[in-house]
Amino acid sequence: MAFSIIVLIKQVPDTTAVCTQVMKDDGTLNRSALSAVFNPEDMNALELALELRDRCGATVTALTMGPAHAAEVLREALYMGADRAILLTDRIFAGSDTLATSLVLSQAIRHFGAVDLILCGREAIDGNTAQVGPQVAEKLDMNQITYVDMIEQIDALKCSCWHEVEEGRELVESKLPVLLTVMANANMPRPFSAKRIMRFKNAKAPSELAPGAAMEELARCGLLIEEWSARTIGVDAAQCGLAGSPTRVQKIESVVLAGKNFKKIAPDDDGIRQLLEELIADYTFD
Amino acid sequence: MEQEGEVWVYIQHQGKDVVEPSLEVLGKACELAAALKVSVAGILAGEKVDVLAEKVLMYGAQKVYVLQSRHLEAYSPVIYAKALCKLIRSKRPAIFLTAATLQGRDLAPRIASALRVGLTADCTDLKIGSYTDHKTRQEYNNILLQIRPAWGGNIIATIVSPQTRPQMATIREGIMKMPPQVRSSRGEIMHIPPDVQAGDIKTTVLKRILTGRRVNLKAAGIIVAGGAGMGTKDNFDLLRQLAHALGGEVAATRAAVDAGFIDHEYQVGQTGISVRPKLYIACGISGAVQHLAGMQESGKIIAVNTDPDAPIFSVAHYGIIGDAKDVVPKLINTYRHLSH
Ligand SMILES: Cc1cc2nc3c(=O)[nH]c(=O)nc-3n(C[C@H](O)[C@H](O)[C@H](O)COP(=O)(O)OP(=O)(O)OC[C@H]3O[C@@H](n4cnc5c(N)ncnc54)[C@H](O)[C@@H]3O)c2cc1C
Ligand SMILES: Nc1ncnc2c1ncn2[C@@H]1O[C@H](COP(=O)(O)O)[C@@H](O)[C@H]1O
Repeated sequence: MAFSIIVLIKQVPDTTAVCTQVMKDDGTLNRSALSAVFNPEDMNALELALELRDRCGATVTALTMGPAHAAEVLREALYMGADRAILLTDRIFAGSDTLATSLVLSQAIRHFGAVDLILCGREAIDGNTAQVGPQVAEKLDMNQITYVDMIEQIDALKCSCWHEVEEGRELVESKLPVLLTVMANANMPRPFSAKRIMRFKNAKAPSELAPGAAMEELARCGLLIEEWSARTIGVDAAQCGLAGSPTRVQKIESVVLAGKNFKKIAPDDDGIRQLLEELIADYTFD
Repeated sequence: MEQEGEVWVYIQHQGKDVVEPSLEVLGKACELAAALKVSVAGILAGEKVDVLAEKVLMYGAQKVYVLQSRHLEAYSPVIYAKALCKLIRSKRPAIFLTAATLQGRDLAPRIASALRVGLTADCTDLKIGSYTDHKTRQEYNNILLQIRPAWGGNIIATIVSPQTRPQMATIREGIMKMPPQVRSSRGEIMHIPPDVQAGDIKTTVLKRILTGRRVNLKAAGIIVAGGAGMGTKDNFDLLRQLAHALGGEVAATRAAVDAGFIDHEYQVGQTGISVRPKLYIACGISGAVQHLAGMQESGKIIAVNTDPDAPIFSVAHYGIIGDAKDVVPKLINTYRHLSH
């Protein structure tokens, strides 16, 4: 049987490559200081889906919620091998916290239709919350298995996966449909296929196009990325974006290191003896 | 009349004992409850958890709610979330906290989603304070201020959930201090039969490989940590010798782990373990925010680095600008000499 798999992917600021100040002087985030990338663990989730397709047949749909430029990660998902890509974008989605995000994503999945598996990354590197996966599962009244690194078996009714728990590792079984959150050590995401890059590099979502662009032409060539708005999936404004988010950011501070005045110790025998004597006198070693 | 507005802590247990991170959270919850002048309660869920209730009281809880059922024998998110949501809906706590353990981060989002309340992940500090909505100018007092690093540790954000209850957060392990244990406890233990059925268990455990908590870096009073600057695995062994001489444990940065000097379970930092030993000796470590996030609370920090501008010096109490390959053997020899 061919499984229907949705992979939730997110475009995130590359927090691993902070070079300039991430905060502007007015205390807001300087988003342009960071380039936008495919959230790393979402690539592991996509790879897991593609491996499953190779193993037993599946259609793999990548779904992301974000501004128009988030279509870039959908193109990359197509380069990796996704069968279908959907951009969820709407001005009223802006400012969503994890609760509002999961509401929109779950509503989009309902609109999508039947699924067997939903795969997420364990966490996104911008917020590091790891909350969206379990929240989507709850909204869809679906079971969840978090911290998965391997799918051991799957058939039309159920699947078993290895996942991490406090005491070690567990092999657990669940009925389908189920939502899995996937860890970085699950696999090595495959590189983009050169052939697929050639095929999809001009794929665009409607929001990315200039007004009056030849949308029909793109659609005819299979290069129009599907795009859904709040209206398409039937969510009202009160439930999404800032309005649907119970959390508020009260304050953001850039991490300024304490800048304590450390005591300088000479790297020679004398310096080290003095240091150790001081620590011994302080009972640090007791 | 039920008292409303309590501070609750989900008490995770494992192998017939409560886990330490839950007790750390309980310690913080006691402070918050004192500031709010409300009670603090521990929540136990499981098959035979009533035996743990006394211990939860001894670590500062004034009440323990016990959800006991054979269907709760093994942790499973759907059934546990169902049992807890029911209890929260009936008792309406003001604050509900869990440790940011694997289980806590599996369970809490499910509960927050069902209750449609805000949830802040992996907080490193909590306070009670006030918040003014920028748009409506409305002021909220006695709000839980949830403080956490974000953006890969590059910023610290304070998050509030002013309008929904309970205010929920998961708390990073190893940051809050363990509360003192009192000898005798006074408090209420309340058994509340959870309304759950066998059909609510959606996951079956087929196999379990127990590795236990492998290294107990959190309990170590002295940690000797190494980074990429140690250069080779052999040089890294010098750190093991120093740790051995001082009666401490070794730890590492992610770069040292990636270089294969040591296993991942020894990694300190944002994606590793958070520690607060009495003494942390950082050798060949640059001091990236993600590493500092896991160790800057240490009592005393000694940094050994060839680069005087390395950010590690900004959190250090003692700085040795020099080559760790020379300094570490000197530390070993001099300490042996002095302690004789
Ligand atoms: C999302 C995310 C999560 C992360 N999580 C973690 C985490 O949990 N823990 C963690 O540690 N890192 C983490 N990192 C990685 C982190 O950003 C740094 O890359 C890492 O901490 C650097 O390790 P290092 O200090 O050993 O290496 P480097 O940054 O390469 O520093 C080596 C230092 O050694 C000094 N040195 C060189 N030779 C010598 C010598 N002979 N004697 C003395 N000093 C010498 C150099 O001057 C330099 O300062 C994370 C990164 C990301 C993006
Ligand atoms: N805006 C989004 N669009 C699609 N998927 C998302 C989005 N936000 C989060 N996710 C998914 O949820 C996972 C956890 O995200 P987070 O809770 O933000 O750490 C990510 O790895 C994604 O798989």
